Amino acid sequence: MATNTVPAPEQPKTLAGKAALEVDDRIPIAGWLRRTMNKVFPDHWSFLLGEIALYAFVILLLSGTYLTFFFDASMREVVYEGSYAPLRGVDVSAAYDSTLALSFDVRGGLFIRQVHHWAALLFVAAICVHLLRIFFTGAFRRPRETNWFIGVALLVLAMLEGFAGYTLPDDLLSGTGLRIFSAVFLSIPVIGTWVYFTVFGGDFPGELIIGRLYILHVLVIPAIILALIALHLTVLIKQKHTQFPGAGRTEHNVVGNRLFPTFAGKATALFFIVFGVCAALGGLVQINPIWLIGPYNPAQVSSGSQPDWYIGFVDGGSRIMPPWEIELWGYHIPPVLWGALGIPGVMFTVMALYPIIERKLTGDTASHHLLQRPRDVPVRTALGAMALTAYIVLWISGGNDVIAEKFDISLNAMTWFGRIGFILLPPIAYWMTYRICLGLQRHDREVLEHGIETGVIRRLPNGEFIEVHQPLGPVDDHGHGVLSYGGASVPKRMNHVGGARRAIKGFFRPIEDPAEVQRQAEQEARGLEAEEASRELTRSGRPAEGGRPSAGGRPREPRD
Amino acid sequence: MSTTNPSSEASVDDHRGLRARFGRRPVAGSPAAAARDRRRSKQRRRLANVAGLMAALVLTGVGYSVVAPGASAADDSTGTASNAVEAGQELYTRSCITCHGANLEGVEDRGPSLIGVGEAAVYFQVHTGRMPLVRQEAQAPERAPLFSEEEIEQLMAYIQANGGGPAIPSGDLRDGDLAAGGELFRLNCAQCHNFTGEGGALSSGKRAPSLQEASDLVIYTAMLSGPENMPVFGDNQLTPEDKRAIINYVQTIKEQADPGGAGIGRVGPVAEGLVMWTVGMGSLLFGIFWMGTKA
Repeated sequence: MATNTVPAPEQPKTLAGKAALEVDDRIPIAGWLRRTMNKVFPDHWSFLLGEIALYAFVILLLSGTYLTFFFDASMREVVYEGSYAPLRGVDVSAAYDSTLALSFDVRGGLFIRQVHHWAALLFVAAICVHLLRIFFTGAFRRPRETNWFIGVALLVLAMLEGFAGYTLPDDLLSGTGLRIFSAVFLSIPVIGTWVYFTVFGGDFPGELIIGRLYILHVLVIPAIILALIALHLTVLIKQKHTQFPGAGRTEHNVVGNRLFPTFAGKATALFFIVFGVCAALGGLVQINPIWLIGPYNPAQVSSGSQPDWYIGFVDGGSRIMPPWEIELWGYHIPPVLWGALGIPGVMFTVMALYPIIERKLTGDTASHHLLQRPRDVPVRTALGAMALTAYIVLWISGGNDVIAEKFDISLNAMTWFGRIGFILLPPIAYWMTYRICLGLQRHDREVLEHGIETGVIRRLPNGEFIEVHQPLGPVDDHGHGVLSYGGASVPKRMNHVGGARRAIKGFFRPIEDPAEVQRQAEQEARGLEAEEASRELTRSGRPAEGGRPSAGGRPREPRD
Repeated sequence: MSTTNPSSEASVDDHRGLRARFGRRPVAGSPAAAARDRRRSKQRRRLANVAGLMAALVLTGVGYSVVAPGASAADDSTGTASNAVEAGQELYTRSCITCHGANLEGVEDRGPSLIGVGEAAVYFQVHTGRMPLVRQEAQAPERAPLFSEEEIEQLMAYIQANGGGPAIPSGDLRDGDLAAGGELFRLNCAQCHNFTGEGGALSSGKRAPSLQEASDLVIYTAMLSGPENMPVFGDNQLTPEDKRAIINYVQTIKEQADPGGAGIGRVGPVAEGLVMWTVGMGSLLFGIFWMGTKA
């Protein structure tokens, strides 16, 4: 026995190995775990945007659970007798009272509350940025339409979840928001009044709405979001992640890092970064100071009442809608319906159906696993820019009173900016984006054909000045590059192809010896000097076979 | 020299003293000390230049205020009430009559009648620099007062003597219940001045100003006189006790620290959204760019 120094794989020696074997005996998981841990994820910074949203959601679950220990979702009237003097003796709801107690009398309560609110703002923002990345790179194309639909559903649910949470403290700001919401219900023709009475259990505000929103906020919507996130990730793993075109990357492979350990390490690091940012904001920047805002009272309202940023565009749509009261078949349609339900309704419908719309327009039904650069699909990119511009105009209009006050602009001017901007700016954005895309495409082709502008000006014997260009690959008889565009990023500057020599790695301090880099550079220079004599120029002034034109060297494989 | 701003004179003297002190040559000593002195004298020259520039600016400002129209009021300090009324009329005739009329009756499309507005309105308008008006626009902006405290009192006496009206309150203007003041503030004031008195926009370039700089008496006289678009809150709508409670609340909130960290203007979700996108999302994008470079 003692001679057997190398144990067979079936006989683990370490304690962890034995424990793992015991587990696998009972629940056969090793095969699945090995496949999963060896799963390869492509590496690009923009693929981490969705992860930010995921980690923000984890922070929301953790911090939100802590808040439920102290929050009382009741509209029962109590007299505030807590430690915040300016409100002592005021009639408030139990929800407001418990939120104040949570903020001032529970250890760490205010910090957790602020982390929760900042993480909520970040959650929706990260979803939006992630969605833009998916849209502009064409990652929603077949076979990934399903995940696009799930993503849009997650965005809508995140907004509803955020709105419900915003309402829970029952302060004057959120109560005003709820009042606007109730008016939106009432504006729906035919069924509006019934919806209104169903939601509030009577007339506004009633005594039920906080309890109802609470159970939606802490149970129903988070459960759906969690299930959809699980589905979103399962589909992602099953379909494999998309990747940008590049060296060695095709429609049939995935180039990147394995889930374990590299990708897992990065994901953990990103979780801590997201957690750190939320904690820093929660600890350093005050958010939703409900003690300053005061308890909700339907008789009161404040100027500058805004929703959280992700509902801002709905508010903006209502603010810039002209006061047109429409009568149709005996039903009254108030203008708030268009701003508050019409615009988001159209926006989310078109957004959800976009993969189908694009498939119909382009007739492209093939499966795609390689991403597109936004410039290569100018129509889609321009449509996206157009939608984004309209959204931003609505968003600005949602805060137009604060902007008017802070920048000393007439509020009426801000409203008219919103109205005219909403009509005029999106087509301008479309046109500009389209032209920019075409320009970038042409520049890519130009660099592939003529090479990179080196900035080196050379005087020919006949007195003519020419700029030396660095071809990216082999050239034909005329000195033109023969590489064709493959959808990948084209190097545009000499340091993209090693013209600045190798960079010293390190963020604040070099993590490798600069002397080594220096030595390589000197060696390179010596080699180039030796070849200097054999250099000759073509008629157009380019080195005949490429190479480093600044020193006039031999052709060299581009490096990155 | 009949200046309106005694403090600016004091600052002129300060700067002159400063220049004198910094302009003095240091006594020569050892070589090391000489080198140090050369360095210092260079810094001193710079400081002296800055001080000289400041002094010149202040002098120019004071000189302007002497020759500027409206401010060159007579310095006849008056002991009796009738003297104050006469002095006030003199000031009125020079600075206010164009828009408010020879007999306080007002001029159409220029300014309202001042009969019955009382000294409270005069105190608010003149003390916050809104009057005399620079030009006709949506709303008179607040600025440094043009008249001295004494001149404002003379103007107040003159207006009060012609038609009466709300008078300046006396006693502790914060003598009211804090929580009740908060309720009254949210009920009567917040819809224009915001939850925290940060101010808000009104239609067509008009606005409810921020209360951050407002003193107790300015808030009180504003409620009494209802300047610009503000409604009048007479003593039959908000009793003097109510007004004092509101002032107590506003000033307490202003002085109160933000327990949650930076207040970011106390204007609510617009500022919060801005911070989230710039600071929060900005730093996270930086984070993932950084992780991307480590690929």
